[in-house]
Amino acid sequence: MTAGQSHAPRTGAAAADAAASADEGTSPSSAHPGGSVGRSSNRRRLSTGPSNWLLLPALSFFGVFALVPLAGVVVLSFFAWDGLGTPQFAGLAAWFQVFQDPVTLNAMWLTLLMTVLSYAVQFPLSLLLGVFMAGHQRYREVFSVLYFLPLLFSAAATGIAFKALLDPNFGISRAFGLDFLSQDWLGSPTFAFYTLIMVISWSFVPFHSLLYQAGVRQIPISMYEAATLDGAGRVRQFFNVTLPQLKYTIVTSSTLMLVGSLTYFDLVFILTGGGPGNATRILPLDMYLTGFRSYEMGPASVIAVILVVVGLTLSLILNRVSGADRMESQMEGA
Amino acid sequence: MMQPTRRATLAGLGLAIPSLAVLSACGGGAKPSGGGGSPSSLSVWALTGAKQDTYQASFDAWDEANSDNPFAVEFFANDSYKEKIRTAIGSGNAPTLIFNWAGGTLADYVNNESVVDLSGKVDDVLSRTIESIAKVGEVDGAQYGVPNNDTQPVILYYNTALFEEHSVTPPTTWAELMTAVETFSAAGITPLSLAGQSIWPELMYIQYLTDRIGGEGVFEKIVAGEADAWSDPAITSALEAIIELKDAGAFGDAYGSVAADAGADAALVHTGKAAMLLQGSWVYGTFKQDAPDFVAEGNLGFLNFPAKDGGAGDPANVVGNPANYWSVSAAAEPEIQELAIKYLNEFNLNQDMVDNFLAMGAIPAVAGLEESFGGLDDEAFLSFAYDMVLNAPHFQLSWDQALAPAPAQELLNNLSRIFLGEIQPEEFVTNMNATLSA
Repeated sequence: MTAGQSHAPRTGAAAADAAASADEGTSPSSAHPGGSVGRSSNRRRLSTGPSNWLLLPALSFFGVFALVPLAGVVVLSFFAWDGLGTPQFAGLAAWFQVFQDPVTLNAMWLTLLMTVLSYAVQFPLSLLLGVFMAGHQRYREVFSVLYFLPLLFSAAATGIAFKALLDPNFGISRAFGLDFLSQDWLGSPTFAFYTLIMVISWSFVPFHSLLYQAGVRQIPISMYEAATLDGAGRVRQFFNVTLPQLKYTIVTSSTLMLVGSLTYFDLVFILTGGGPGNATRILPLDMYLTGFRSYEMGPASVIAVILVVVGLTLSLILNRVSGADRMESQMEGA
Repeated sequence: MMQPTRRATLAGLGLAIPSLAVLSACGGGAKPSGGGGSPSSLSVWALTGAKQDTYQASFDAWDEANSDNPFAVEFFANDSYKEKIRTAIGSGNAPTLIFNWAGGTLADYVNNESVVDLSGKVDDVLSRTIESIAKVGEVDGAQYGVPNNDTQPVILYYNTALFEEHSVTPPTTWAELMTAVETFSAAGITPLSLAGQSIWPELMYIQYLTDRIGGEGVFEKIVAGEADAWSDPAITSALEAIIELKDAGAFGDAYGSVAADAGADAALVHTGKAAMLLQGSWVYGTFKQDAPDFVAEGNLGFLNFPAKDGGAGDPANVVGNPANYWSVSAAAEPEIQELAIKYLNEFNLNQDMVDNFLAMGAIPAVAGLEESFGGLDDEAFLSFAYDMVLNAPHFQLSWDQALAPAPAQELLNNLSRIFLGEIQPEEFVTNMNATLSA
């Protein structure tokens, strides 16, 4: 299972579609993909492009494997079930239990903290790395290959490897003989959370820098030439040419980062399992532990519903606020 | 000669690739053996580790004698097994033979009619096993589980070489234990190795201390669900003793990163970084596997947990797992259930299996073995542990298995926070009492 990372594009795209069709009626003159430019929505639209029936396989797959289980979880949140017997109707009992549980409330706070911190660490790093890798010099291309490697490892492999490396007794501190590296990285409540952020960033910065690399390579050289003619230095060019042209890449990458860290599970589970104590018990982990260790499926379903609602809302807000739904062209001035 | 058009090429590929995929999929390869048992064939899930080969040999012996009904065997690591088995049973895909620790989980299975009542059908195997251990497999007086491996008391292991080097007496009283802790702590050696990341090894301390201080009645009241049973002063005293140990530096400062599944806590002892280890008898097998020279040279010592001064509990009481048990899945068809019961009577804990366990340093849950230890490499350990179990007035099942899953998780969570110094005993007691009324 890839955690939230692969869900965001679907929800993002679906939201974008919804938003686009909502706006279509009010601004028919903006660029409308594949459609009839200039016609208002009052007239019958000319049907051009692929038939809508081609959506059926993907939609039915999505429906069966995403929407039906989602509905099931919403229903299960009103029941009490221990995984063995038949679910018993419990009304809002599970909901009250979850919102009064200090562990779950702490989990919500930790999830928020993790989302903000991972974004703050990953965004600048991947942006700068991406811009660096986009250059065409040979040494940069060699580095690109190396920087890309962490992406190839599964979360499980990364987790197990880092757990061994960070072991205070038998890990890198012993290998290099450096005592200050022998901290209780994953076992101390103070360190564990930040160590987790570090390992997660290590895993995902390559992916986002790949997005930025592709984004930067699309920027027409003529823009930079024009900027140089106007007397802009490298830093000025970065802020006034590169960043604005990367707008939609930044939106995509940020949506992936934010919604992804909201639902991220695998690495956390392997590295700390929610411990020590409750120091890394983020919401997805709380959901798993409540459902599959304590076997309280009702409260676990409640937490799942909360995650879905928050993730979807965040995704929609990001889409609206960034203006990605309008899909304006960026090629003015090229 | 006409070149195939681009459209034709694409259409051809579009037809060929999916049909090839479909054909290869239904080409009848080996049926995937993972993913759960089927009601119409024999299957079993067991744990990986030192005993894996013994189980495999036993099932291979069955397969030879019954080649038309072989067992499909799968092994899982401890923590993943516990999660998978419940889902499998709940969805009706349980293996025929269900590996369990009896206690609260077996009671859950019985309440949901997931396992078969074996009373009267397994007298053959029960005549071989130790009676007190077989009794733990009963729920409400009916036999639901049959012992399937070794009896696993919790033992205090120690590194004899380190003790000699620092002139410390192996601790048989609490005072000697505290002296050992202080001496080793001052010498920069972790006195007690603890797998803090796995959390369940921490249970062994509170289990033994509560038993030594207050006797076995304290936990029996908790299991019975009496209101405020956790407020018993023995629990608070046990927690205070743990905090006393922690403050004296008994566990070192990095125990939060040590994981039991990888044998890391045993590794600390046999590499000389830690002096003692309070763990189950299965760890002896880990020592033998990971550090055979260490064991062969006699550097591994073992003791019962010391008594606490002024404690009301019998110092000969033992905590741990009486054994692991096989239960038969009620979802299996009747003929398959009969075959499984036949395996239990004829092959489970038969002489071959007992010999294999003895050879690897495990104490089979079988009666009358006192004479069989002579001449074996691990004679000292085996006779020590066997006598410990036979002479114990009471053998307490590990608390996280004796309780139902939800209170067990609360217990583990609160206990880990005591060890981390995040909460005090009063909060622990309040939190655990709340699980009793649920």
